[in-house]
Amino acid sequence: MSTPNAFVGWLCGIWNAIPAAFHSPIIVAAESLAVMLAVVVSVAMLTYFERKVIGWIQVRIGPNQIRVFGLPVLKGVAQPFADVIKLLLKEVLLPAKADKFLFLLAPIIALVTALSTWAVVPFSPDFVLADVDAGLLYVLALTSLGVYGVILAGWASNSKYAMLGAMRSAAQIVAYEIAMGFALVGVLMAAGSLNLTDIVRAQAGGVTHWNLLWLFPLMVIYFIAGVAETNRAPFDVVEGESEIVAGFHVEYSGAMFATVFALPEYANMILIATLTSVMFLGGWLSPLEGITPAGSLLAEPSFLWLFLKICVFLFIYLWIRATFPRYRYDQIMRLGWKVFIPLTIVWLVVECAMVTLGVGPWSAHG
Amino acid sequence: MPSVKNLAKTLLLGELLQGLAVTFRYLWKPKFTVHYPFEKTPQSVRYRGLHALRRYPNGEERCIACKLCEAVCPALAITIDSDVSEDGTRRTTRYDIDLFKCIFCGFCEEACPVDAIVETRIHEYHMENRGENIMTKDKLLAVGDRFDAMITADKTADAPYR
Repeated sequence: MSTPNAFVGWLCGIWNAIPAAFHSPIIVAAESLAVMLAVVVSVAMLTYFERKVIGWIQVRIGPNQIRVFGLPVLKGVAQPFADVIKLLLKEVLLPAKADKFLFLLAPIIALVTALSTWAVVPFSPDFVLADVDAGLLYVLALTSLGVYGVILAGWASNSKYAMLGAMRSAAQIVAYEIAMGFALVGVLMAAGSLNLTDIVRAQAGGVTHWNLLWLFPLMVIYFIAGVAETNRAPFDVVEGESEIVAGFHVEYSGAMFATVFALPEYANMILIATLTSVMFLGGWLSPLEGITPAGSLLAEPSFLWLFLKICVFLFIYLWIRATFPRYRYDQIMRLGWKVFIPLTIVWLVVECAMVTLGVGPWSAHG
Repeated sequence: MPSVKNLAKTLLLGELLQGLAVTFRYLWKPKFTVHYPFEKTPQSVRYRGLHALRRYPNGEERCIACKLCEAVCPALAITIDSDVSEDGTRRTTRYDIDLFKCIFCGFCEEACPVDAIVETRIHEYHMENRGENIMTKDKLLAVGDRFDAMITADKTADAPYR
């Protein structure tokens, strides 16, 4: 009766019945949905990976009980899903004196900004949701906007701990956004474009052409500023559980907690890892380009290379968290203003010198 | 010169990288975690867990209500009332141990002249209602009856060293 072919035919019939004008919006919507879903699933797997890696580093085992559908393989992999179900089933509390509108709006802002930034990320040579020319500006704007979620959450909770966390977050973001921006200026100068796809293309031609080599200090600064921007250890004074309980999200519970804190934070971690790979490690370019014969599979640019690079940076995120104690607040400020900003400017000058002297792979379009 | 050296050291993140190297080595170390409910660590026969009151093989209670345990208990967890029983012997009418007060020091067991109160190696127990933390005489005797074989074996094994 209903063979696969009949089903496909039925689907095609529906597709053709839709006016042609709606076709491309539907495809874009489906693609966006797929990317969002992929990000959410990656977030879940990242929380699992985080607990495992930190466990291993502390000579523990980490979650090893919850299995996928009770199958006797991959023990513990379903842990994040169990956690999510637990969080969704918990009561959502609205503090009596909270600003209800902002309290509910804050998680939405955090979530929307964290997910919409993915629109301009070039995943592979032929897949990017929105190939916009000002992609880098869009990324900077949205990551800055995401902080509003944190600040509003802290303000609307009407709790002093939440407020303190929000203030710290605001000051920290201002300090590190500048260093981050300056680090990206170096990338702009190298690529001559704000379009992320072009930035990747500009690094084509093997590992020596990647920004990794020529802009190494900028990469380190960008990544550390990214760690600070996502409020991860050792820059997590925003949460600072030993001082201000849990910072901006003390008053959030249940599903609200999952959206205001967990999902955006981890999505932003993956985003920073992705952007670092895109801007400094040649995104979807193969590291074996020029080493293996051209045209071989290993030299082909593909999403897998990007995925590997993202995994490396995410591991570094977790590794750093498991290694370093939390910075004191004034030390964070000192590092941001007095070390990173001067350092980036110095390296920009060095880069200018390299461009004028024709050193480096970008001398062609200097 | 030392300041230049220091600056270079700080900028190249030397000490931070050292720390990262240490944690990276630990990442691969074998893990010693005992998978607790499935695996258990070995216990000594002297393990001091849940209390029990023992009986003689003929079924007679060992406890003679001397109240030495009550006197020695540093946490004041034991409460004893006594009376003369029908057969003319001195017996407890009430023997309560408050498990919330008890610090599991084992003094009661050491003080007991007739080896009546003992601490077993049972440590996996829980309470579901208020008041269940009070181990009454009946409950203590029930524990003693149920785990008599284990208690006797443990005490015999430990006897040469006491």
